[in-house]
Amino acid sequence: MLINKGFSPKREQGDKSRIPPGQYKTDDFPVLSLGPTPHVDTKDWSLRVEGLVEKPQKWNWDEFAKLPHEDVVRDIHCVTKWSKLDSRWRGVSLDYIMKEVGVKSEAKFLIAYSDDGYSTNIPLEDIVGGKAWIATSYDESTITDEHGGPARLLIPHLYFWKSAKWVAKLEFVASDAPGFWEVRGYHNHGDPWKEERYS
Amino acid sequence: MSPWLIGTLISSKMVAENVKSLTFEVPEWLGHKTGQHCDIRLTSETGYQAQRSYSIANAPVAGSKLIEFGVQLLDNGEVSPYLWNLALGDKIEIKGPLGGHFIWSTDMPGPLVLIAGGSGIVPLMAMLREHVAQKEKITESTRDLVLLISARTKEKVPYYIELEEYKNQYPNIKIFYTLTENTPAGWTGFSRRVDKEMLAEIVTGLLDKMPMTYICGPTGFVEAVANTLVEIGINPHSIKTERFG
Repeated sequence: MLINKGFSPKREQGDKSRIPPGQYKTDDFPVLSLGPTPHVDTKDWSLRVEGLVEKPQKWNWDEFAKLPHEDVVRDIHCVTKWSKLDSRWRGVSLDYIMKEVGVKSEAKFLIAYSDDGYSTNIPLEDIVGGKAWIATSYDESTITDEHGGPARLLIPHLYFWKSAKWVAKLEFVASDAPGFWEVRGYHNHGDPWKEERYS
Repeated sequence: MSPWLIGTLISSKMVAENVKSLTFEVPEWLGHKTGQHCDIRLTSETGYQAQRSYSIANAPVAGSKLIEFGVQLLDNGEVSPYLWNLALGDKIEIKGPLGGHFIWSTDMPGPLVLIAGGSGIVPLMAMLREHVAQKEKITESTRDLVLLISARTKEKVPYYIELEEYKNQYPNIKIFYTLTENTPAGWTGFSRRVDKEMLAEIVTGLLDKMPMTYICGPTGFVEAVANTLVEIGINPHSIKTERFG
């Protein structure tokens, strides 16, 4: 490893047990997206759940609001190097959604699709057991357009590109299908603690 | 996983009062596409590491081992002051090229519209330089290229001299500046924040030709410009964005 003589930390380094390697702590909430920010009105929003499921579902905004929501406080990590601690969300657990639709045993992966053509792939073991939500609230408020509102996927233990903004469809599939960034040089899995940034 | 490569600083020059162009020689460099970036990593003697992303400013040249970054000095920055103080021959760790979306090549059809907020011009410089380098190709001799750069002052417009050269030399390259803080005497460019009227003016005559648009700059800038271009009638799918800060 190269040592850069005279280089010394200037930023607050934060708690090493919470800031993964190569990340720095920020109190802001930066934005990363591939094009113009779509505006999705709640009256036009719906979430479809399909693929290898017993009962495909489609919830509109009002129906989705009636599903059991839970508060989620988690650290989030963006591949562009920022980490934000204790971010506060509210949403519906993927465990609940998977039970509602009856995910078949052949399903091994979730492909999440956004309204702007974005997609991302996640192995099922990364979304079961209280690890993933469809978030409809951030910091006790609605989620703004640029942060993926009105609803986005939330999978805080993976780099945040896996937490698809403007989520519109969840598809359960048997074989993996790399998504938008995953075919453009980003890691297929994206664990920040293993620094799985790039393929 | 792409490995960390060693880059040696071989050239350093100011391209604006707050932006330094740093060129590194990377023996193991395998080439890049215009618009891509690198991660750079600094390691202190105590083992502390910091990583940041920097866009590549130079156009790709087959077999070249050189990569140029345009580094803006940030107040209270951790990495940029260190990079600014590097001496020729100093080494840093570099990973790349990275990014497969915010890229442009001469194979892509349509006019090229480049809009930069400050040092967001760096990846757009790679595109502009690629266009100029391939001028003899039919795709580029006939392509319309428009670049708009917003900066606080003229002294903070990165690569100003080079931009002026292209503007004066090539009739189908149009360069627009807008200065948001103060303007020198006799300034003929824009002098306000980017707005709808300005964007409509720079893309005059291009809307029907299906332009490809690349926007890079601070988040608020990119957000405002992208939304306004969509309002003007540019297809959202033809707009690619890269944001920082």
